[in-house]
Amino acid sequence: MTTVAVAVSSCSKIFNHGKSNEVHALDEIDLAVEDGEFITLIGPSGCGKSTLLRLIAALTDPTAGRVEVNGKSAEQARLDQDYGMAFQRAGLFDWRTVSKNIELPLELMGWSRVDRVRRAGEMLELVKLPEFGGHHPSELSGGMQQRVAIARSLAFSPSLLLMDEPFGALDEMTREHMQDELIRIWAETNTTVVFVTHSIPEAAYLSSRVVVMSPRPGRIASVIDVDLGNRGDHTREDPAFFEKVTEIREALRAVEST
Amino acid sequence: MNWVRRRLGQSMAPVVGGVAILAVWELALLVTNPDGFVLPPPSEIIGAVFNNWDAVFDAARNTGFIIVTGLVVGVLLAVGAALLVTRFRTANEIITPLAVSMNAVPIIALAPIFNAWFGLLSPRSNQAIVVVLVFFPVFINTTKGLTQVEPSQLELMESYAAGKWRISREVRIPNAMPFFFTALKISTSLAVIAAIVAEYFGGRQDALGPLITQSAGLTRYADAWAAVLAGTVIGGILYTLAGALERVAMPWHSSVRTDRQSN
Ligand SMILES: Nc1ncnc2c1ncn2[C@@H]1O[C@H](COP(=O)(O)OP(=O)(O)OP(=O)(O)O)[C@@H](O)[C@H]1O
Ligand SMILES: [Mg+2]
Repeated sequence: MTTVAVAVSSCSKIFNHGKSNEVHALDEIDLAVEDGEFITLIGPSGCGKSTLLRLIAALTDPTAGRVEVNGKSAEQARLDQDYGMAFQRAGLFDWRTVSKNIELPLELMGWSRVDRVRRAGEMLELVKLPEFGGHHPSELSGGMQQRVAIARSLAFSPSLLLMDEPFGALDEMTREHMQDELIRIWAETNTTVVFVTHSIPEAAYLSSRVVVMSPRPGRIASVIDVDLGNRGDHTREDPAFFEKVTEIREALRAVEST
Repeated sequence: MNWVRRRLGQSMAPVVGGVAILAVWELALLVTNPDGFVLPPPSEIIGAVFNNWDAVFDAARNTGFIIVTGLVVGVLLAVGAALLVTRFRTANEIITPLAVSMNAVPIIALAPIFNAWFGLLSPRSNQAIVVVLVFFPVFINTTKGLTQVEPSQLELMESYAAGKWRISREVRIPNAMPFFFTALKISTSLAVIAAIVAEYFGGRQDALGPLITQSAGLTRYADAWAAVLAGTVIGGILYTLAGALERVAMPWHSSVRTDRQSN
């Protein structure tokens, strides 16, 4: 029996309810993410992917419906620091060095200084920026900043990772490297991942399930299971991988044309 | 070698400009020699500073004391109010409208009234004027810096279940620093103006304000200008100190860093 990490039940989100600028962002979303799954949300811009992720993170409340994380309310899970999050924008603090940015969640969780410094060093190795620990974020390129933000979200090994287009600003090779690292971490640590992307190959490569969303109002149009076995360079050239890419593309096309 | 010249050029430019203006000023008066004209040449003003060194120095010290104490108290009050206002909704509802309406009052015009409150010869009234005048820009700017935080940074802190106080310390206060220092630098010159103009109406008699009015009244214009010069020097020192403090407090700030790179 697998347990459910995230349970979204008939959730709707309406921004500016009752006003002239009302937006029906999400409509009756049902989604269950099992422990250890890697779920990707994909869909046209504005279909509510970020909103759904923020509902799971309890950073915004649903207008209707309920979100549970690890068997408790999403709000309780937030207070218990059950998840790590990487946002669409890096959101680093300019007044902290790169190292100190990665240490921030660890500080808030009461890690000792020695442990924090060691962990930040490991994370910088992971995102291939070992020599930039002492720099300030404004001295880094956009893609480098994004990598620091990813390192920060992974630093405390949360059981649930919520990632909003984390690799969007990266060049192709770094992106593939980060994908492989993320897959490795996911496989090694039994982390559950909910991942937003615009890239079809990325969705196919990373996920165990791809959730295709349609816009206005945001709904789940289809769910595609992906089973490509152990990922690696060979996967990217595997005919089964290309079949999945095609399947996702067709699902997206169906959504766009409605 | 090019960068040496550029560096020298950068730091010398204002000095060269200043000297040029003084030279034109001096020469123009020498050549035209207008009769009964009340602008003394720079050489005479410098001379007046040295001839009346004791009086000018004492006056500058007394006014300087009012400026610095008023500035410190005003800035502390403003920062305290800004922290309160951004932390507690009721404080915001009480203090912000009060501060805004206070800003609409021509505060310098209150100087004679403050004198009546604190006593005609007490420096307290002058200090009060400085405090009130400095308060508003620091309050408004600091409040802005404490509230105008990138939403994703606040959400990040929320995702860590950080409390309000922790969010203030980690995000809001560092974010407000550039806003605060901009206001502080503006306040240094405001404080000098406020103190001297307030002294025109009352307070200690051995201060820059009375020195200016009395010298002008006795047609000793060089002495009046010497006092103005002393006020300028105080303003310059305070501005430089505020800038130095900014560098120390915000080593990360890009404007500070680009400065360092281009120097
Ligand atoms: N705070 C907000 N206030 C009002 N409307 C909002 C807010 N946040 C999102 N929306 C609206 O909700 C809808 C979904 O937005 P969301 O950011 O979730 O889309 P998305 O799928 O993440 O898009 P993208 O791929 O461009 O990031 C959009 O129409 C957007 O305008
Ligand atoms: Mg989004």
